[in-house]
Parts: sequence; structure tokens; C-alpha cells
Amino acid sequence: MQRTDESMRTVTFHVSRYQPEGKRGAYVEAYDVPVHEGMTVLEGLHYIKDNLDSTLVWRYSCRMGVCGSCGMLVNGRPRLACTTQILHVAGGHLAVGPLPNFEIIRDLVPDLTSMFEKHVSIQPHILRKNEEEVNSTEGEFYQSPEQLEQYLQFAYCIKCGCCMAACPTMATDARYLGPMPLTAAQRYNADTRDDGRQERNLQTGSPAGVFRCHYGGECSRVCPKGVDPAKALQLLKRRLVLDALHLFRKKEPCRKLEGSGSGEVLPNIAAAPAHTVQCSGQS
Amino acid sequence: MTVLDRRSNRLGVWGWLGGGRWGMERYAYILHRITGLAILLYLLLHIVVTSFRVEGIYLWTGNGFLHSPVFEMGEYLVFAAFAYHACNGLRLVLVELGVAVGKPTEPVFPYKTSLNVQRPLLIGMMFLALILVAMGAYAELIG
Repeated sequence: MQRTDESMRTVTFHVSRYQPEGKRGAYVEAYDVPVHEGMTVLEGLHYIKDNLDSTLVWRYSCRMGVCGSCGMLVNGRPRLACTTQILHVAGGHLAVGPLPNFEIIRDLVPDLTSMFEKHVSIQPHILRKNEEEVNSTEGEFYQSPEQLEQYLQFAYCIKCGCCMAACPTMATDARYLGPMPLTAAQRYNADTRDDGRQERNLQTGSPAGVFRCHYGGECSRVCPKGVDPAKALQLLKRRLVLDALHLFRKKEPCRKLEGSGSGEVLPNIAAAPAHTVQCSGQS
Repeated sequence: MTVLDRRSNRLGVWGWLGGGRWGMERYAYILHRITGLAILLYLLLHIVVTSFRVEGIYLWTGNGFLHSPVFEMGEYLVFAAFAYHACNGLRLVLVELGVAVGKPTEPVFPYKTSLNVQRPLLIGMMFLALILVAMGAYAELIG
């Protein structure tokens, strides 16, 4: 929506550009963007593409801080372009660049493949000895709200890569797994349904693992979802140390309850609605 | 199919130092690295200087290099680096054992992180380092 009221201000966007087919390498191009209160960096980039330079390329999808596609370096800090208001971070000038510590495909588009490969390597899913138990749609795993809280914070990660871009260890060590995959490891290690911690320890405790983190804290500071990767990584280290010293109490993963379970329904709680989808094998 | 070149955007050593708007913990991290490297450099120099002992005792005598103001200032800087590195290192040991980072909680905006939880420990340790550095300065000047 175009506005013409007096609250508009002009902010100069200094955008880092890179075209792989060109021989110019990386360079910075300036664009004057009319900005109104509440306008986001993402909207500013759209204004440039629509009115000033249609060749500008970046990645985005949801526009509301859910998909994690539009992570970029805004005034020297990794942020989501869609949740960063221009006037909150800029006076007359705004520097926009691609996320550091990744390879750049074009303009503001980083190649996140290395991050996702590391993510896959820590097996970010429920591991149990009995795989059939996980795949079967019958019954459900028992987990209390307190047990849920042990990992829920870390499950909010949207894989935007901001933490990886802010991490000083990532700046010099390409092999380091990084805050995002290691937070995912802690998320599953702390899940009472999971039984794969020892398996993940081989990866998280390796020379490229969590002990390369020296608590600069930037991952937590830039995380747009409050996931607090720095906390997850310290808890992961603690568990690795206790495992190495055989001091961690052996716990069995939570049981799977077949049928409706044996617990009593608390008073004033409505009965569960009837199934709307018939699972295979259900009568 | 044409494979287009990717541009490397890894920050390198600048990534350690290039914090313009970072928080206290990041500056503590940078100083920890610098003091660590300085102590390592001192260890190497220490071995070299000690090896000169086979040449005679002239370095250690009253007017020798080891008693010059430059060397004594250098010694004091090594002590200051050690005091900071030790105090911050203790904080890191505690934090890495999960002592001062708090429990996982559901994130509610504005987000509070483990950095806020361990901040008093950081300030306490920096205060302790400052006392040690001041005591070192007193001993160097008066002693």
C-alpha cells in the first residue's frame, strides 16, 4: 500500500549485491526508500524491487516470522527482515547484507545447505530401540507438562540461520556443527520419549561438536524466537560431562500407553471429542 | 548445466573481533581469546628467556634485562591477562556445567535468555579480576 502522508521519511538502503554470472564480485548499491512507521525491512526490499531495481534477489515466504526464510544482516546484526521495523533500527541509513558464515548464491540469498546437513547429522527425530513403537499409530507416549517444558523452548526453532551467522566460532571453523543443530540435539535429548542420546553424543561430543562453543552468547541475543541456543548448548555440555563420568542417572524412555490409559480425568475437564479421522487398524 | 560460483561470506578472525553492537558476554569472549593467546605467547617467550640461562647469569643480575622497567611492565600485563583469564574461565566452567543458565522455559516476548541469568556471575567474576589486577599493580609499584 502506498502512503503519501507527512509521516513518510526517506531511508537510504545500502544493499550488498552479488551476481555469480558477473565479474564484479560483491558490491554495495544504495537505494532511497520512502519509509513509514511500522514498515519492515522486507517491505523496504519489496519497494526497491517494485520501483527501483527489479534485479534484486532475496528469499522470503511467510512475512510473519514463522518460516525463517528472510534471515539477513540488518545494520550488522542477523535478523528476520519481516519482523524488523526499519525505523526501530535505522536513522537515515540502513545496511542490508546476506547472512555471514554461509556461501552466497546471489545478492541476499545464502546457501543454507551446510546448516541443514549438520542438522540431519545429529538425527533430529525421536530415536527408540523399538522403531515399530514409534511408527505405530496405536496408543500414545505419556509425557507430563513438566517433561514437555524441558524441551519445548528449543522446539520453537525456525531454522532461519541467524544464530549460525552471529556465532564467532562459526566465523573461523566451517566444521563446527553450530548453534542450530546442537540446539536440536538438546531438544531431542531432553525429550522423555527419546532414547537416542548416547547415539547423538558421538556427534555432539566430537571435536566439531558442542565443546567448540565458548559462550559468546550471540546466538541467544539474535534468535528471533527466543529459543536461547546458548542455554541449550550449555545443558548439552553438562549432560555430555555427566555421561562421560557415568554420573547421569539412567532413565528409561517414557512408556507408550495403549488405549485410553489408566489416569483419572480431572473434574471440570471436558471429554475429548470423537475421532474425525479413522486410523488404519482402528475399528 | 552451468554451475554458478558461490561467494564465500565466512567472516574469519574478523568474526571474533568484529562486534560493533554486541553484548557483554561477547566482549568477555573476545578478551578471553586475546588473553589466552597472550599467555600462550608468554609461555613460548618464557622458554626462550629461560634457555638463555646457559649463557650465564647476566640477565638475572641487578641491571640485567629481566629487571628493566619494560620487562617488569610486561610481567604485570601477563599477570593481568592471567587474572582475567582465570576469573572468566571459572565463570565459563560453571556456565558450561549448566550451573548458572537457568531452566528451559517457554519463550514469551520480550525474551529473557540464559545471558540474563548468568549476568550477576559475569559481573562478580569481572569484579574479582579487577581486584586481582589492582593488587598486582599495587605489588608492582610498591613492592
